[in-house]
Amino acid sequence: MNTNTIASQSINKKYFSVAQKKAMWAWLFLAIPIIFFIVVRFYPTIDSFYISLTKWNIVQDKEFIGLENYIRLFSDPVFWVVLSNTFEYLILGMPISLVLSFTIAYNLDKFKFGHTFIRACYFIPYLTTAVAMAWVWRWFYQSAPIGLFNNILIELGLEQMMFLRSTEQALPSVLAPAIWAGLGFQILIFMAGLRSVPASYLEAAKIDGAGRWQVLKEITLPHLWPTIVFLVVISTIGFLRIFDQVYNMTLDGQGGPINSSRPLVLHIYQSAFADFEMGFAAAQTVVLFAILSIITFIQFKLMRRK
Amino acid sequence: MSNLPTNMKAVPDMKKLLTWTVLCIGGLAMIMPLIFMFITSLKVGEEVYTLSFWPDEPTLENYIYLFENSNFLIWFFNSFVVAIVTTISVLFFDSLVGYTLCKFEFKGKKLVFVAILSTLLIPTEMLVIPWYLMVKDFGWLDTYWGIMFPGMISGFGVFLMKQFFETVPDDYIHAARIDGLNEFQIWWKVAMPMVGPALSALAIFTFLGNWTAFLWPMIVSNDPELYTVPVGLASFSGEFNTDWELIMAGASVATIPTLIVFILLQKYIVRGVVMSGLKG
Repeated sequence: MNTNTIASQSINKKYFSVAQKKAMWAWLFLAIPIIFFIVVRFYPTIDSFYISLTKWNIVQDKEFIGLENYIRLFSDPVFWVVLSNTFEYLILGMPISLVLSFTIAYNLDKFKFGHTFIRACYFIPYLTTAVAMAWVWRWFYQSAPIGLFNNILIELGLEQMMFLRSTEQALPSVLAPAIWAGLGFQILIFMAGLRSVPASYLEAAKIDGAGRWQVLKEITLPHLWPTIVFLVVISTIGFLRIFDQVYNMTLDGQGGPINSSRPLVLHIYQSAFADFEMGFAAAQTVVLFAILSIITFIQFKLMRRK
Repeated sequence: MSNLPTNMKAVPDMKKLLTWTVLCIGGLAMIMPLIFMFITSLKVGEEVYTLSFWPDEPTLENYIYLFENSNFLIWFFNSFVVAIVTTISVLFFDSLVGYTLCKFEFKGKKLVFVAILSTLLIPTEMLVIPWYLMVKDFGWLDTYWGIMFPGMISGFGVFLMKQFFETVPDDYIHAARIDGLNEFQIWWKVAMPMVGPALSALAIFTFLGNWTAFLWPMIVSNDPELYTVPVGLASFSGEFNTDWELIMAGASVATIPTLIVFILLQKYIVRGVVMSGLKG
């Protein structure tokens, strides 16, 4: 044993080229991470696909049932409500937050006075814990005399609103703190993007007599294209995966009233960890994966175009 | 001569002042929820439900009740341990892998890189069910390890670090090799000190992500002693559903420490978020 190691060491010294030695170091550095990614990322992904083809309540053995979970999913009216809610979060949340954050960044970029302080105000909500803020906003939405918003409405002589107790207002009410918390990040990224627009281009355009809108449309926005694509994708993924706010703001974490604010991730959570229908929940995660993959693919295409 | 330009600018300046004021009001509106949270946490009794800005008699009663009747201190400790250990692990492994994929040439390098990059496409939600089964099978339920293990290495960080190691000149690495340092020493002593800003950016991102994480820690911990702050706060708030002043105290405890850290390190945090946002 001992002589063997010594022998192999001397072989090491004599027969391995520099390139081979470097390769050995590389694989040594990569060994643990590769095992990690296989065990904690790739294997579970494949496992999820497999579980989605079974009927399984964790306690008993898995029973292979083919595509039955998917058939059940797509014929379940609740699932379609959930899916449409999920996209409603996206379709409302993404444009509103991007337009707001761009407007703020574009204007804030021009000021030096109080810049750091104002920027900090917009950014601070990004550092908060979603769970904590969900409860703060939940309190704001209570009816008078408890909730802040309804107290203000009454002070202004207006009628109270239902907010979280209404099937129509619950979803936007849950969405508001999500937009609020994410705004600061988008503003920072937009401001960094605005800095990278060459000042000489802007000067030249002004000398040519271009108005503010024209400069914005012809020079600033085209330059910001990669930033915009990046933020669209990041926020799209974020809104499609909304969970913390809904779970903490709706009664018993149900995404109510009557599923009106329930998004896909909450549905997955409830199916898996309240109903213990692992196969059914896994099928939903596959649907989520498919949606996110399509969006990433579109992003790739859009990035290439520029 | 100096008067003329100012006079000419008088009208646009009014417009500027208006924009600035609107921005200011908007900024204050952004932090209003946090201010209301904090102020209400200092109120008791009837006063909780008034719009009064500052309580007549600010009190720490809610905080005292909170710490006496819940495990908040333990949850705080748990969150801290989880976030710190995960961050250290991510910094170590992600920079090591990023460096290897940047500065080494070997067969299979591209495959490894693409494979790691592709893990960014997999949403966490797809993995929680298999992770939960792993945790159950290995007996990791209600352990720190159970909460931490999925995040010990991140594909995003590998990608980020690889990009930043591009800025380390190869000459330095060759010189260190001639000086007799082995590859591990070269990485640790020569390359790592040159990517400090990137490391701090990754650290901020990882710490914040773990500090606020909710879904997975909630799934994996049943024992209230093992809750992290967000999980504990959710269960505490559910229990004291209508005692809003207590919930506000809990939310303050969960939020204010990060805000203090932010005020102290604002420059680095802003730079870190921008850096990881743009390169990532």
